[in-house]
Amino acid sequence: MKRIISALLLTCGAITFANAAEPAAPASGEAVYKRWCTHCHSAGRGNPGTESLQVKYGGKLPAVLLDRTDLSAQAVATFVRTGVLSMPPFRKTEVTDAELKAVAAYVAQKYAKP
Amino acid sequence: MATPPNVSSADFNRAIAAWKQTVGADWVFTAPEDVALYRDAYSPYWGEPEERVASGAVAPSTVEQVQAVVRTANQYKIPLYAISTGRNLAYGGSAPVYSGSVVLDLKRMNRVLEVNERNAYALVEPGVNYFDLYEHITKAGLDVWIDPPDPGWGSVIGNALDGGGGWTASPFRDHFGAHCGMEVVLANGEIVRTGMGALPNSKSWQHNRWGFGPWVDGLFRQGNYGVVTKMGFHLMPRPECMQTLTVRAPRDEDLIPLVDTLNLVENQHVVNGSTSLGGGQPGAGGPAGPAGWSVTMPIYGPEKVVRAQAEYVKEKFAKIAGSTFTEGELIRTPLDAAALARVRKTSFGIPDLSTFGLLGRNAANPSPPGGHVDFSPILPRTGEAVLEFMRLYREKLPELSENGALRILGPVFMTNWDRTMVALLMFPIGRDPQMNGRMRNAFRKWVELCAERGWGEYRAPAVFQDDVAKVYSYNNHALRRFRETIKDAVDPNGILSPGRYGVWPKHLRKS
Amino acid sequence: MLPPNVSANDFNRAIAAWKQAVGNEWVFTSDEDVALYRDAYSPYWDEPEERKASAAVAPNSLEEVQAVVRTANQYKIPLYTISTGRNLAYGGSAPVYSGSVVLDLKRMNRVLEVNERNAYALVEPGVSYFDLFDHITKNKLDVWIDPPDPGWGSVIGNALDGGGGWTASPFRDHFGAHCGMEVVLANGEVVRTGMGALPNSKSWQHNRWGFGPWVDGLFRQGNMGIVTKMGFHLMPRPEAMQTATVQGTREQDILPLLDIMNLLENQHVVNGSTSLFGGLRPPGAQGGGALWTLQLPIYGPERVVRAQMEYAQEKFAKIPDVRFNAGELFRTPLDAATLNRVRKVSFGVPDLSTFAMLGRNPANPAPPGGHIGFSPIIPRTGESILEYLRFYRENLPTVSEGGTLRFQGPVFMTNWDRTMVAMIMFPIGRDKVMNAKMRGAFEKWVHLAADKGWAEYRAPAVFQDLCAATYSYNNHALRRFRETIKDAVDPNGILSPGRYGVWPKRLRKA
Repeated sequence: MKRIISALLLTCGAITFANAAEPAAPASGEAVYKRWCTHCHSAGRGNPGTESLQVKYGGKLPAVLLDRTDLSAQAVATFVRTGVLSMPPFRKTEVTDAELKAVAAYVAQKYAKP
Repeated sequence: MATPPNVSSADFNRAIAAWKQTVGADWVFTAPEDVALYRDAYSPYWGEPEERVASGAVAPSTVEQVQAVVRTANQYKIPLYAISTGRNLAYGGSAPVYSGSVVLDLKRMNRVLEVNERNAYALVEPGVNYFDLYEHITKAGLDVWIDPPDPGWGSVIGNALDGGGGWTASPFRDHFGAHCGMEVVLANGEIVRTGMGALPNSKSWQHNRWGFGPWVDGLFRQGNYGVVTKMGFHLMPRPECMQTLTVRAPRDEDLIPLVDTLNLVENQHVVNGSTSLGGGQPGAGGPAGPAGWSVTMPIYGPEKVVRAQAEYVKEKFAKIAGSTFTEGELIRTPLDAAALARVRKTSFGIPDLSTFGLLGRNAANPSPPGGHVDFSPILPRTGEAVLEFMRLYREKLPELSENGALRILGPVFMTNWDRTMVALLMFPIGRDPQMNGRMRNAFRKWVELCAERGWGEYRAPAVFQDDVAKVYSYNNHALRRFRETIKDAVDPNGILSPGRYGVWPKHLRKS
Repeated sequence: MLPPNVSANDFNRAIAAWKQAVGNEWVFTSDEDVALYRDAYSPYWDEPEERKASAAVAPNSLEEVQAVVRTANQYKIPLYTISTGRNLAYGGSAPVYSGSVVLDLKRMNRVLEVNERNAYALVEPGVSYFDLFDHITKNKLDVWIDPPDPGWGSVIGNALDGGGGWTASPFRDHFGAHCGMEVVLANGEVVRTGMGALPNSKSWQHNRWGFGPWVDGLFRQGNMGIVTKMGFHLMPRPEAMQTATVQGTREQDILPLLDIMNLLENQHVVNGSTSLFGGLRPPGAQGGGALWTLQLPIYGPERVVRAQMEYAQEKFAKIPDVRFNAGELFRTPLDAATLNRVRKVSFGVPDLSTFAMLGRNPANPAPPGGHIGFSPIIPRTGESILEYLRFYRENLPTVSEGGTLRFQGPVFMTNWDRTMVAMIMFPIGRDKVMNAKMRGAFEKWVHLAADKGWAEYRAPAVFQDLCAATYSYNNHALRRFRETIKDAVDPNGILSPGRYGVWPKRLRKA
């Protein structure tokens, strides 16, 4: 019964859509990372970014992005806006400048200046 | 001799002469008794001034002849109206939408060009009817089924182009949806082949339907942008058996979970046949039974699969308290003579004309009017919508049927097209102008009543196509205006089936 | 950069108007911002013929789209619409017509409705497969989406480009599974198709046809309008899935193998995305071992899947010496451990694992980075497979310049019912010399294939004219018919000029 009710509620506004505000943009770097980066850069199988970095560094550097200590926020931001190999750049409609700053800081949180 | 509107006798005569040159004098019809054969036998305006009648008819037998006929029509700006087999009874038959048009009768183009068993498809010409295609397949011993609609003498192409549906398994029941590739003669006489047919030497014309680039095929569905001269169809390999399941539930509100469960099993393709709803009237559960609803679900496939599907369906419906589940006989194909004699043939891919028994003279109805027109609104596929329709029907029927004087039949709930629920009403039509006039008024009122509730027709008789098209009015009839823009571009003289499904060429549109 | 045939003054006025319409921060004109719209896998990277945008505009609502389009029409500025702009290997986010302004619809990313009872969704163009999956998961709706390979693609954009996915028929043919659209025309008007043309209709995502001629197809691989909403039929979660693997050892086995596969698929006994691996024996090689491998996934209730699997096995048993293995039966929803070891997209879960294929991996430590796809449709018969493989083997030495050009494939794809695509992938990177060779090779393959009656189902932006030209029946009658429509509905030729080879009048060669 609940499903029917919830489905009815879903169908009620079928044609007229309130000019809703855009869903709240992800505010935190972690949220941006979760939305845009986790599908390639998480640990485990099926993460092509991690796999690629594993081949590149052969274990000398962590393959999982969040485990890196050598990436500055500036470097991260550059990769996001330039892309590298199969990774395309991300547009501002995907990651705004503000979100870029946040996610770069998030990824670079372990960054230790040489 | 009647002439088409806005065409001088001189021009008409020149055109007729040119057509005779093209197709042969035998195949150009201008004599009143010949042209009368193109009247809509079920016209709701029979014998009245507004009856839509042709001014002549031309019957080509090849694509080249079609091209020539069209070019002549263009030259003299003579409206044509293309028919395939011209048996679209209850929706306009062989008569044009625009009175005075010349009917382009494609019945003579009746070759089955190919039926391929390995890839399960057919390629046909417009004059091929379901009987023809069935015979071809039977004679050639091919292990594929066609999907017949009710009358078997309809055109395989024409029925699909009018949005018709049939009685075997999804996805073959949606005839236009099951097509693959077309050849079309445009208003300027040019030939276009769609999908993979646009690639010379392609052997995939009836494999992949999309081809490359924008897909134009849809324009010819219930359309007047071109004359279709070949069309491909995907066919079903013969299913090894069929079984029909019936679920009955006693209360009106049971319809809601009934339809939900029906949708679930259909959307999973566990049930693939053409399902129907019955009931909604007192006594529907039997002579002494309570009010209630029933759902009938045919399943086609290999025997072990059908049995597993039937078990699953039974499980799903068991959740509805008070419901009963009946498994019909499991019928194996090909049918033996005994089975053939007792089943509904169209459910087994065999075309026939038994549907005419429904509205023809029968024991219950010894003096029928003879014809009918169909009113076919699409409802949302929910029990709530069906119940709402039934409430509206009960409420309005006394008034709209003039207290039973108009013997409107139905509703029959049809689900021939996936995820679609049509609530069909049939309006008997005969030769009595007074009665026909009342039927027409009732029809138009139903169109309005349903439109108010967001229910619009999937198909309409020729004389009501403008009425129905009008209700699809979102954003000041933007869709219709978009279609008109295209119409004016591809048929600038407006000669192809003007008015079909409410699309009129510029010179015939009211300003 | 200015759009072609647009004065600097007009461009500036347009930009000012767009800023009014969408807000300053959503109009991109600086070099660095516009660079984000380059095709990351462009086969012309950094060469003069690279297709580039002159600017980009990102509206957030239907009304904003209308305003942007009206401005473009006023100043005759070509637009190029992208949904999520992730059509990598087929052109990405760059326009077909260099100098166009990209209309970036990513911000219009609402999932408007997902209805479980009637199993459909209604979305905006910026909604990715990830987004839709997240919405369904969050709301615990018992329906599946059908993801293509990269989950960040747009549900709408992928369907409009003719893409396909990996779960069950008929949901795998994304355009085929759609139901209802809302479109902004070149004149800024809004059209709703199918039942959406009926105000108050609640059947917009039920019945796809509506009443009268069906216009939806014009927007598939088209440029007749901008789609701002689109409905899709979804599959109720199937309770189980099992994949049969069938293997044959002789070259000629492919004929009956494919015939039976077709039979099972056309009966919908097998409903998953089947695949075919195999090839010709190298000349002089000994026999033995599997030459052909078919994989046939089946989705549905467990007992039904088992029955279908038995039936499939019976059918294949008719071919001597063919091996049939029913594979593991998975019950859904998958637990975390299982999800981790399966191919997610086959279970309706979007991901990006496909990038591993052409990305850096142990077998290929220095990949070029990108690729384009050559995707001809061949007839669905074993004879055609053999013919295609012979054709490939014969022509490969020449076209690959003696193996210098390392293509990948062919991969046989059957994501769309009754269709067989033999895809070859061309690695693309930043090396101009290599890219030029790849382009030459691509062109050669297109011509060779067309001679055989094989042509593409989809093409990278820079090759759309080339591929469109092969569909030349009756002096390109289909293209000319499309042009007639194009000129009528977009007289100024501002919507995605050149997409799939359809150019507006002012840009067509005489």
